[in-house]
Amino acid sequence: MMDKETVISVKDLTKKFGSFTAVDHITLQVRRGEIFGFLGANGAGKTTAMRMLCGLSFPTSGSGTVAGYDILRQAEEIKRHIGYMSQKFSLYENLTVWENLNLFATIYGMAAKSIREKADTVFKTLGMENMRNVLVKNIPLGWKQKLAFTAATMHSPDIVFLDEPTGGVDPYTRRKFWEMIYRASSEGMTVFVTTHYLDEAEYCNRISIMVDGRVKALESPEELKRQYHSGTMDEVFRIVAKDAKRGD
Amino acid sequence: MSIFQSLIKKEALHILRDFRTITVVLLMPVVLLLLFGFAISTEVNNVKIVAVVEQHTEQTRDIIDRFRNNSYFTFEGIVPYREVESILRKGRADAAAVFRTEDGRLKHQIILDASNTNMAQTSAAYLEGIISSAAGFPVVTDTLYNPQLKSAYNFVPGIMGMIFILICAMMTSVSIVSEKETGTMNLLLVSPARPRTIILGKLVPYFLLSCIILTLMLALSYTVLGLPFSFSIINVIWVTILYVLLALALGLLISTIASTQVSALLVSGVMFMIPVVLLSGMIFPVENMPSALQWFSCVIPARWYISAMRVLMIQQLPIGYVLTEILVMSGMLLFVLAMAIKKFNTKE
Repeated sequence: MMDKETVISVKDLTKKFGSFTAVDHITLQVRRGEIFGFLGANGAGKTTAMRMLCGLSFPTSGSGTVAGYDILRQAEEIKRHIGYMSQKFSLYENLTVWENLNLFATIYGMAAKSIREKADTVFKTLGMENMRNVLVKNIPLGWKQKLAFTAATMHSPDIVFLDEPTGGVDPYTRRKFWEMIYRASSEGMTVFVTTHYLDEAEYCNRISIMVDGRVKALESPEELKRQYHSGTMDEVFRIVAKDAKRGD
Repeated sequence: MSIFQSLIKKEALHILRDFRTITVVLLMPVVLLLLFGFAISTEVNNVKIVAVVEQHTEQTRDIIDRFRNNSYFTFEGIVPYREVESILRKGRADAAAVFRTEDGRLKHQIILDASNTNMAQTSAAYLEGIISSAAGFPVVTDTLYNPQLKSAYNFVPGIMGMIFILICAMMTSVSIVSEKETGTMNLLLVSPARPRTIILGKLVPYFLLSCIILTLMLALSYTVLGLPFSFSIINVIWVTILYVLLALALGLLISTIASTQVSALLVSGVMFMIPVVLLSGMIFPVENMPSALQWFSCVIPARWYISAMRVLMIQQLPIGYVLTEILVMSGMLLFVLAMAIKKFNTKE
């Protein structure tokens, strides 16, 4: 039903909380190695949609596959093949950098030996070798962000979900972070990222814009700008979301 | 290392690295036991007593001898009747015993400083006992199980009931809710770790911590506080483990209801600590409460635990005497656990 290069494919995915429809029949495909931007105002249904893709929430109706597994029946398998980085760069504050990485890699089923090897490479690439045994609560926010991303990708998942991964950090750190995302994507990892920063949307290969639980636009940033005759994503977003009833 | 082991290790490191909390948790049981066992005592000691004797007889001499030789009293001497009031008012004595012999029969009156009711009642009863036994019609009172009426005996079960609710329910719920707040719970839920592994990885470390504290408290109770040691300690341990499991389940339930650490703390504090202290029979006997409160106290786990502990630790009866308590606590455990798991598993 889907070609080999499609890693996320959902059709009419819907989530209702009582009479409130948080996500309303969304249909989308994400290709392998793609950086997919998932945009929308607060309350548009981004988080709910993402939770369904990650197997954290069960859809009310609709169907789909993530990493080749059915989201209705194979949530456990999906969990094994994805990585997830939360909004707040969540990590265990009272554990050291190494202990955090070790914990998450173990949970994702990596063997002790390959965890050590991978961690050595990562520490070298990031220049974090001297931070190995520092408690996470004592490292700066920018490092925490990199570390959270590393923890989410140590086990080389097919897809990594990033929930507003750049909230609250300065522009320089944000650019550095996007370099990490590009590196992961060039290695074949699919990156599914939600963001509030519309300039970041330009870095994505394709973006979708959610308004009131529906996907209102789904294209590459260039194509969207052309379609809506506007110079920036900011304008595109304003036009697409002008009829929004929910959110701020 | 398996997922389960690494989760336990993570939690253990978290507990140990929170130096302040672990210090409080380990010191509190010790301090409370020693405080209640020694300093805070409802026993009456060193009651200062004076006597007024109109005319000495053999009986009055005998009574005064008994006053002198009694370790609970300090006999301050014989005084004239008119000075009694001022002596009591100045605090030179706590009680005065007045003796008058009429027609060869001894009549007595006891005058007490009742500004401390508890002390006044106990010393009155004690004085009464001494006088009547000297007067030739002794009332034989035989206090079983705690012959010296040591208050430490009474408080040990209560403190244990309180400590385990505090450690298990409060600490577990706060630590789970804090993971929800920081978002690490989401990371675990989205990972291949199964919900039951996550829950057990959270509960087992606190269970082990409770076991360490139980050992500490039992060691203190049987040595420093001098509780009578017997084989019933095995039953004490079993019933305490049941109670610890119940408290852990409560903590889990609270964590599914509360969304912030502060609310978890408030819920476990208000819903558990206060009833445990006031309604469980730890301080005020359940039997003295209005019947509505007596009924209410039935839903408080500590009430059953404390009553079982009194039987097992102090009376040292076999486990068959606390079957009701065990059944009630097991029922509560199953009910709370079922509720907590149901709430935890509900995906929104």
